[in-house]
Amino acid sequence: MTDVVATPVPAGAAVPLTHGGPPGAAGPAQPFQIVPLAGLPIVAVALAGVVVAIAFNKLWGIDFFHVVAGALWTGIDLFLGFIIGPIMGRMSIPARVEFSKRLMPKMLLLMPTLVICTLAAGWQLARHEGNLLASSPNHGWVVASMVVVGVMAIVAIGLLEPANLAVLFELKKPVPNGHLIGKLMRRFIYTAGVTGAMQVATLVIMTRLASS
Amino acid sequence: MSSPEFSAGPDLVNRKLPPVAEIAVLSMALVIAGGIFMAAHLPAHPPLGLAEVLLVLAVVVVVTNVVLLARLRDFAWGSFFLVAKWSLLAYLVIAGMLEFIFVFDGTRGQILFVMSCMLAVFAVNVPMLLAFSVARYQPVP
Repeated sequence: MTDVVATPVPAGAAVPLTHGGPPGAAGPAQPFQIVPLAGLPIVAVALAGVVVAIAFNKLWGIDFFHVVAGALWTGIDLFLGFIIGPIMGRMSIPARVEFSKRLMPKMLLLMPTLVICTLAAGWQLARHEGNLLASSPNHGWVVASMVVVGVMAIVAIGLLEPANLAVLFELKKPVPNGHLIGKLMRRFIYTAGVTGAMQVATLVIMTRLASS
Repeated sequence: MSSPEFSAGPDLVNRKLPPVAEIAVLSMALVIAGGIFMAAHLPAHPPLGLAEVLLVLAVVVVVTNVVLLARLRDFAWGSFFLVAKWSLLAYLVIAGMLEFIFVFDGTRGQILFVMSCMLAVFAVNVPMLLAFSVARYQPVP
């Protein structure tokens, strides 16, 4: 789950947070929500939908949630990691900060929701189609997908999400620390390659499973 | 041209703290490895020995982390608990959904117990990691 990729703010740099005003005129940082509360009902509906689909155990519902959420997860990950990330890296630092303040809170809700919908529906789909059975010819592919998801979970939850949250809390401060933000954002670069490779592996595994 | 609206103060960045985040990632890796090992065997009865060893190691690591955290004195506990309580709620929902699936699919007995313990470790560990990662950079009141 490559939430955001960006080049780091130079260590120790004094970086203007606002732009457009006269030099040296420090405008107040615009307030923003770290967790966008308006998105919570949408998350609740999505999670309830997955639970209902699993409870009814109908193939279409399970397939719908797995394919839609999984496609969004992989697509957004690759798009952010390889398209938006490099673009952000070439933006001015104030523009990058403004963009991050709007993007990162949404990612904080969106990505975990997509991941849990994909995994929950995917597990049930594998069971429905008999792919969990050791005797299934697809069993090895399913286990491979679990390993890929496990690696992505460690990278995303263990490295990216904590950095994401810490950056958002730092940006909430009246005087954010540019050195700290730069240090935390470097993690996105280091992990983009890993998550990108894992997502490509996911595409290979899932298309292989779907066509057998 | 000086518009120093970002501070460059390195105090909060460079202060020495125990490796709580690194230990939390280790614990997470242990339960994820155990979970994959068990899930790879379901719906048949998985061999529980390796899964239980991984679970016990994960619990030991989490307890170690809690002890290291509890010994911190100059720390932004307000920020820590603010993040911890909301992320705990979120990860309880996630763990609850996974638990629901295993129960729904007929997982029972010792296998369900080990799975549930792994989910519990995961649901406690991640909020601790997130809360520590935020609070370490917050000013101590």
